[in-house]
Amino acid sequence: MRLFGTLYTARDAAHKRLAACLAEGKPLPFDLRGQLLYYVGPAPASPGHAVGPAGPTTSGRMDSYTPALLDAGLLGMIGKGKRSPEVIAAMKRNGAVYFGAVGGAAALIARRIKSSEVIAYEDLGTEAIHRFTVADFPAIVLIDSLGNDLYEIGPAKYRTLSQE
Amino acid sequence: MRTIEADRIGGTVYDLILKASYEAGEDVLSALQAARDKESSTLGCSILDQILENDRIAASEHIAICQDTGVCVIFMDIGQDVHITGGDLNETLCSAVRKAYTDGYLRKSMVDDPLYDRLNTKDNTPPVVHTRIVPGEKIDITVIPKGFGSENASAVRMLAPAAGETGVIDFVTEAVQSKGANACPPLIIGIGIGGTMESAAIMAKRMTARPLNTWNADPRYQALEEKILQRVNALGIGPAGVGGNCTALKVNIETAPTHIAGMPVAVNICCHAARHARTVL
Ligand code: SF4
Repeated sequence: MRLFGTLYTARDAAHKRLAACLAEGKPLPFDLRGQLLYYVGPAPASPGHAVGPAGPTTSGRMDSYTPALLDAGLLGMIGKGKRSPEVIAAMKRNGAVYFGAVGGAAALIARRIKSSEVIAYEDLGTEAIHRFTVADFPAIVLIDSLGNDLYEIGPAKYRTLSQE
Repeated sequence: MRTIEADRIGGTVYDLILKASYEAGEDVLSALQAARDKESSTLGCSILDQILENDRIAASEHIAICQDTGVCVIFMDIGQDVHITGGDLNETLCSAVRKAYTDGYLRKSMVDDPLYDRLNTKDNTPPVVHTRIVPGEKIDITVIPKGFGSENASAVRMLAPAAGETGVIDFVTEAVQSKGANACPPLIIGIGIGGTMESAAIMAKRMTARPLNTWNADPRYQALEEKILQRVNALGIGPAGVGGNCTALKVNIETAPTHIAGMPVAVNICCHAARHARTVL
C-alpha cells in the first residue's frame, strides 16, 4: 500500500507521557481520533531535507500503552515487529489496523516524508511527537481489523522446518 | 617501537563511523541481491528491493542507511610495539564519536544510566570499546554502529558440553524464532562458542562484522555455519519477518578454548543494515 497524508510520530518516551495523560484524564497534546501513529525516532535532517532517515522502530515496546490509545480513538499504527494478543484484541474491538514499514529502509522512507514539525514534547529530542506529511509512503498491512496477522500467516507459508 | 598520535586514531574512527553509517559493504549488497534473486515470496522480493534501493540512496546522498545509528562499538587490535601519544585514548574515541554523530547527522541514542535516569547523553557517547594486544606495530580498527532492534534479539547461553552440535543449532534457531522478526531480517548471525560468558559474547559481536564471503577455517565449523543458515531459513520468517525463504544472509562462527565443564554460546543478531568499517593504521 502507499499512504498519503498526515502521520503523528511517537515512540517509547512519548507513549509513556500519552498514557499518563489518559490515565489522569488530562487532554492529549493532539487529537488522536482517526489518526495514525508512526513508531519512529528520526535521525537529524541534513540540509535540504525535511527529515533525516526515519524507518520504523520495534512496535512491541509500545504494546502496554497501545490498547488505551486505541480505545481513545486512534485509527492505527505503523511500525515493525509482532504485537501482543492484548493489542490485537483492542484493534478488533476498535476496528483498527497495524501497518508495517520496512525496518532499516530509513533513507528511502525519509524521501517520502514531505514535511515534519515537532508538535509536542520537544524536550524528548528524536522521541518528540512530530507531525509528518507523507506521500507515496510504502506500507504493508501487518494486522487487519479482524486480527489477521501477517507475522503468523506469512512465515507459515514458507516454513519448511517440521515442528518438533 | 612505533609512535601513533591519538588524534590520528580519532580522525580514523571519525571517518569509519561515517563510512559505516552511510555505505553498506559490497559483501552485504551482493548477499542481498543474491537473496532477492532466490526469494520466492513476491512481498519478500519487494521488501528486498526497498532495502537495496534504500542502501543506494544512503550511499549516494551521504545519509544514514538506518535511523538507528546505534551504539558505536569499536574493536581495536593494538600492536604491542605501538606507543600512543598526545592524549587519552578513551577520551579521543569519545570525541571522535561526538563529532561524527553530530557532523554526520546521525541519531544520538545513548542514555547515561541504564535503569533509573535514562537521560540521553546527546552526543552518542560513550562508545563500547574492545581492545586486544597483538604482536606487531599496527592498530587494526573496526567500527560497528550497532542498532538495537537486532541487539535485543541476541542471547547468551551456558550449554553443557553434552548438548553438542544439536544444542548449539537449537539454541540459535530458538533465538531467531522468538525475536528474529523484530530484528529487521534478512539477518547476519554472529556466533561465539567457547571461552567464558563474556568472551563468547565479544566473539559473537566480532562475527557480525566478518565479511559475508568468508567462512570459518575449520571445515567442521564451516559446515556448522551452513547447517545453521539452512535451519534458520527453513523457519520461513523471511524479509521483514512477513514470510519468505531468506531469513538470514549468513552465519559467522568464531570459537575459543573453554573449560572442561562448559560450552558458552553467544548469538549476536545483526540486521540487514549490517554496518561496519575497518582500517589498519
Ligand atoms: S534492527 Fe537494524 S535495520 Fe532495523 S531499525 Fe534497528 S538498526 Fe535499523
